[in-house]
Amino acid sequence: MDSPSPYYQPPPSRWPIIGSVALLAFASGFVLFLAKSDAGAYLMVAGGLLLFLMLSGWFGTVIRESLAGKLAGQVDKSFRWGMVWFIFSEVMFFAGFFGALFYARNIAVPGLAEAQLLWPGYAGGWPTAGPGSKEAFTPVAAWGIPAVNTLILLSSGATVTWAHWGLQNGRRWQIVLGLLLTILLGATFLGLQAHEYLATAFSIRSGIYGATFFMLTGFHGAHVTLGAIMLCVILGRVLAGHFTATSHFAFEAASWYWHFVDVVWLLLFVFVYWL
Amino acid sequence: MDLAATRHTHHETVSRGPMRWLTTTNHKDIGTLYLWFSLLMFLIAGSLALLIRAELFQPGLQFLQPAFFNQLTTMHGLLMIFGAIMPAFVGFANWQVPLMIGAPDMAFPRLNNWSFWLLPAAACLMLSSFFVPGGAAAAGWTMYPPLYIQGGIAYDMTILAIHLMGLSSILGAINIITTILNLRTPGMTLMKMPIFVWTWLITAYLLVAVMPVLASVVTMLLTDRHFGTHFFDAAGGGDPVMFQHLFWFFGHPEVYIMILPAFGIVSTILPTFARKPLFGYVSMVYAVASIAILSFLVWAHHMFTTGLPAGGQIFFMYSTMLIAIPTGVKVFNWVATLWRGANSFETPMLFALAMVCLFTIGGFSGLVLAIVPIDVQLQDTYYVVAHFHYVLFAGAAMSILGGVYYWLPKWTGHMYDERLGQIHFWLTAIAFNVTFFPMHFLGLVGMPRRIPDYAPQFADFNMLASIGAFVLGASQLLFLYTVIKCIRGGAPAGDKPWEGATTLEWTLSSPPPYHSFTTPPVLTTDTPHGLA
Repeated sequence: MDSPSPYYQPPPSRWPIIGSVALLAFASGFVLFLAKSDAGAYLMVAGGLLLFLMLSGWFGTVIRESLAGKLAGQVDKSFRWGMVWFIFSEVMFFAGFFGALFYARNIAVPGLAEAQLLWPGYAGGWPTAGPGSKEAFTPVAAWGIPAVNTLILLSSGATVTWAHWGLQNGRRWQIVLGLLLTILLGATFLGLQAHEYLATAFSIRSGIYGATFFMLTGFHGAHVTLGAIMLCVILGRVLAGHFTATSHFAFEAASWYWHFVDVVWLLLFVFVYWL
Repeated sequence: MDLAATRHTHHETVSRGPMRWLTTTNHKDIGTLYLWFSLLMFLIAGSLALLIRAELFQPGLQFLQPAFFNQLTTMHGLLMIFGAIMPAFVGFANWQVPLMIGAPDMAFPRLNNWSFWLLPAAACLMLSSFFVPGGAAAAGWTMYPPLYIQGGIAYDMTILAIHLMGLSSILGAINIITTILNLRTPGMTLMKMPIFVWTWLITAYLLVAVMPVLASVVTMLLTDRHFGTHFFDAAGGGDPVMFQHLFWFFGHPEVYIMILPAFGIVSTILPTFARKPLFGYVSMVYAVASIAILSFLVWAHHMFTTGLPAGGQIFFMYSTMLIAIPTGVKVFNWVATLWRGANSFETPMLFALAMVCLFTIGGFSGLVLAIVPIDVQLQDTYYVVAHFHYVLFAGAAMSILGGVYYWLPKWTGHMYDERLGQIHFWLTAIAFNVTFFPMHFLGLVGMPRRIPDYAPQFADFNMLASIGAFVLGASQLLFLYTVIKCIRGGAPAGDKPWEGATTLEWTLSSPPPYHSFTTPPVLTTDTPHGLA
C-alpha cells in the first residue's frame, strides 16, 4: 500500500504488538524467576526470542522501506531527531546511576562516618563496603586495564569516524576496514572488561562501592555490546551495498551511539576508576 | 471502540475488528486507544479510592485490613498517575498535535503503536499483582525503601510495570518532540504554534529527561531486593534518603508533566469561548519553559523532614517559591483573556474556568507547603492530600474532561449532550470540593495520611469527604454515558462547532478524514495558530 502523503506513512504493522507481548512475557518470566519458579527462566527465554524476532522483523521492514527510497528527505530528518532524543534518554539513564555514585561518595558515606550514632567507629572513606561489612578489598587500579580500555575505546571512536570518511568518499575498503577495526576494538574492550570482572577482589554485594561499580560498568558494558551489534549489522549492510555517500543515516546513528558509549566510558574512567 | 472518525475514509480500506486496533499506525486510532485506556484506568483507580473512602467513612476499622488499605493507596496513586492522567494527555497529543500543526500523522507511526500497546502490558502486571501471595505493593506510590525492599512478589511486578510504562512514555515523548520539530506545516514557526502544542513539546522534553532516571532508580530497588546491592542500605554505605533524592528528581518534573498539557488545554479552551486571542501568548510560552527548567531544581521540597542541612532547605524553599512567578503569569494571562471577552459557558469552558480557580487553590496550598517550618508540621498529613488533589484532579483531570468535551465534536462528528455535560460538570465540581476541601482542615489539625483509622475528632470531615467522593465517582459514570451517547449519535457538529476556535483542526471535516493533511495546509493568516 502506498503512503497517502509525501511523508511516508507505514501501513498497519504487527511488530509493535509482538514486541509488547514479548516484553510482557519477559517481564512476567523475570518476576517468576525472582520468585524462584522454574517456569520463569523458560518464559524469559521465550520473551527474549520473541523480542529478537520482533526487532529483526521491524528493522528488516525499515531497511526494505529505506532501500525503496521511502525514507528520504523529511523522514530522514525525523530519524535524526529521534536518534538524538533516544541517546539523550540514555544519557539520563546513566545520570541516575552517576547521581547515586556522587551522592553516596559525597553525602551518604561521609554522613555515616560523621554521625557515629548508627555505626560507632565507622571511618568512612572511599572505596567502602559500608560500616556493616568486615570485607577489606582493593579497588581496581585506574592505570592498569581501565587505562588500556580507555585507549581502546577512544581509538575505536577514531576508527568509526575514519570509516565514515571512507563512506563519504566512496572508498569501500576504508569503510569495511574501519568498521572491522571498530568492532574488533569493541570486542577487545569487552574481553578486557570480562577479565577485569573475574579478577576483582570484590563483588556487587560489596557495599555501595561494589554496587555502583558493577551497575555502572555493567550497564556500560551492555551498551557497548548493543553498539557492537549495531555496527555488525551496519557492516553487513555496507557489504550488501545499502549505503551511498550521501544517504546512510543508519551508519551515522550507529556511530553516534558508539560515540555516546565512548563518552560514558570517559566519565566512568574518571569517576569510578580514577578519582 | 468504534469512534466515528473511521467511517469517513477516503479510498483506503481500514481493516475491521481487533486486528485494526492491534496493528494500527494511525494517530487518531492510537489517540482513541490511549483515551479509552486512560478512562478505564481512571475508573479502576477511582474505584480503589472509593474503597479507601468507604473505610474512612467512620473511625475504626470497618471493611478493610490495614495491609489491604495500604495496597489501595499505593495502587490508586500509581494507576492514576501512570495509567489515567499521563496516557490521557498522550491521547490528546496523538489526536491533536498532528491536526494542529498540519501534519499527516505522527513522525513515527509504528513506534506510536508500540508506545500505546506497552501500556496494557504494564497494566496487566500491575493489576494482576493484587492477586499474588501477599497482595499488591503497599509501600506508597513513591516506593520508598526500606519498606519497598521488604515486600513480596508484587513489588517486583510493580517495578517491571514501571519499566514498561517508562519505556512507553520515553518512546511516545520522542515521537511527539520529533513530530513537533519536524512536521509543522510550512510557515508555522515555533512561535506560531498553538499553545497546546508548545506545552506538549516541553512536556515531552521533561519526559525524555526524567523517565530514564525513574528507570534507573527502580532498577536500584530491584537489585537491592534481589542481587545484593546496598544502594539504599546504610549497613553497606548506602542511604534510603538517596532513593528519595533520585525519585523526586524524577517526581517533581513528573508533576509538571501532568500539569503542563493541562495548561495547554485550558489555554486553548479559554480564548475559544472568550472569543479573544490568548492574552500574552509569548509570555505563556516562556512561562511554561521556565516552569519546566525550574522543575529540575526543586525536588527536595518533598523531603524537608529527612534531615536536609539548613542551606539545602532554604535553597529548595526559595526555588520552589520561584515557580509561583511563571505560574502566576499564566493565571494572570488566563484572567486577562477572559477580561471583556464575549464569554459563553459551554461545558468545556466551565471545566476550564473551574480548573483555573481550583488549580490556583492547589497552587497556593503548594506555596504554603513550600515554607519549611510549615511543611515540617504538615508533612504526610491530609493537607498534602488536599493539595495534590487540587492540583491533579482539579488541575489535570478536570482539564482532561474539559478537553474531551471541547474536541468530542471534532473526533466524533456529533455534538455531545450539552445538558448532560453541564450536569456532569456541576456534579464533578461540587463533589470534588466536598471531597477534598475538608481535607485541608483535617491536615491542619494533624490527621496523618495513609492510615486506615483515625481519632474520633476527625470523624465529621471524613464522613463529608467520603460522601463527596462517592458522588464524584458516580458522576464519572454520567461522563462515560455522555461520551458513548456522543459517539453513537447526536446533532451533526459541522467542521467548526466553536465559532471562537482558531486552530487548524477546525478546517477539517468532523470527524476528520482517516488521513488528515496528506498535503501540508497553507497558512492563510498571521494569527498565531494559522486560522482566522
